[in-house]
Amino acid sequence: MIPAAFTYKKAGSVEEALSLLAEHGDDAKLLAGGHSLLPLMKLRLAVPEVLIDLGGLHELSYVREDGDEIRIGALTRHHDLEHSELLAREVPLLAHAAGTIGDPQVRHRGTIGGSLVHGDPASDLPAVALALDAVLVAQGPSGRREIPATEFFTDFFETALGEDELLVEIRVAKNPAQGWDFQKFTKRAIDWAVVGVAVAGDRVALVNMGPAPMRARGVEEALASGASPAEAAERAAEDTSPPDQASATADYRKHLAKVLVRRALEAAAARRA
Amino acid sequence: MQVSINVNGEQRSHEVEDRTLLVQYLRDDCGLTGTNIGCDTTSCGACTVLLDGESVKSCTVLAAQADGHQVTTIEGLADGDELHPMQRAFQRKHGLQCGFCTPGMVMASVSLIEENPNPTEAEVRAGLEGNLCRCTGYHNIVEAVLSAAEEKQGAAE
Repeated sequence: MIPAAFTYKKAGSVEEALSLLAEHGDDAKLLAGGHSLLPLMKLRLAVPEVLIDLGGLHELSYVREDGDEIRIGALTRHHDLEHSELLAREVPLLAHAAGTIGDPQVRHRGTIGGSLVHGDPASDLPAVALALDAVLVAQGPSGRREIPATEFFTDFFETALGEDELLVEIRVAKNPAQGWDFQKFTKRAIDWAVVGVAVAGDRVALVNMGPAPMRARGVEEALASGASPAEAAERAAEDTSPPDQASATADYRKHLAKVLVRRALEAAAARRA
Repeated sequence: MQVSINVNGEQRSHEVEDRTLLVQYLRDDCGLTGTNIGCDTTSCGACTVLLDGESVKSCTVLAAQADGHQVTTIEGLADGDELHPMQRAFQRKHGLQCGFCTPGMVMASVSLIEENPNPTEAEVRAGLEGNLCRCTGYHNIVEAVLSAAEEKQGAAE
């Protein structure tokens, strides 16, 4: 499989990427690690006329401590998140979840920013960003703005990122004392999650349970009112509309969400203790 | 577009279509057909090569993205007639049957023990999650990687 023809442009800086984006608008797609976009292009589900490669923007690859926050460059690869000692200490959920994405080859290429911007409800990191209450920093022609993760994922493969904007940074609060866990059920190690669950403290987010990555508000409400993990997990399927496929029906996914949320809440509680 | 890539220690320069995948470039432009195309969907790992020393699936990387970088394929491992220790380990432990997945398995394994020189069996199995083998049941592949790691550790001591 070969992508449809396109013109390849390599951005030498964030400013150049933005100006190429402004020049080509709708016809262009940004290329980070390419592990979401290139497969879609090979299937001709994405047919951009211009591909703007961000791979040379090394200044957007970092994990940094800044007071009570950790700042992560959008082009930081899953492999680097997985092996970051700073993340392992301060945001262990993110380091752990990044280490479960795809396989080593995929993690050598895929980036956190690419994964978030792709907005795939079956991806792991959007749910992790929701559970961490991350703040996403977008840069556009008029400067930078901050978008809370809870407002970022708007619909199926749709995000709040403007067409003329580039995601440059992800900010998360340090949370080492909180209980956390990440559960993912896959048929093969490298598959997308049938269902996944990210827990950080009292926040719970779901993978592949609707058109967009989502928080499990019912579960969070139950926890806030003192419910046990098992009781709270019973509300995991509330307000969800998971995909209904031969490989996994919607009912199956709803059941699985309850099981995985219970496991994740129990594991998180054990870590907190 | 013009790409200039260091392939197996040799600087190569070719005019390619912008949409050329790295695996096509290696096979069709460089004539290095040791890198197999298996699933073509980032799943099977048969096309695994090293990009700047790290394993990647070359069906999901553009040749343009490798421009200015170093690529190592299965052909680049041996030193003349002297096989690479990982190749020798696959031979010693019979870590192959039909051989189709083997170049990708070997390249993924080289990257694996570069990052984790002393892996447990479980770590080897997890480290090869991106490579599918339809013949061996993986047992001898895992043995080969552990054997190569042990040999490397021994040599380092």
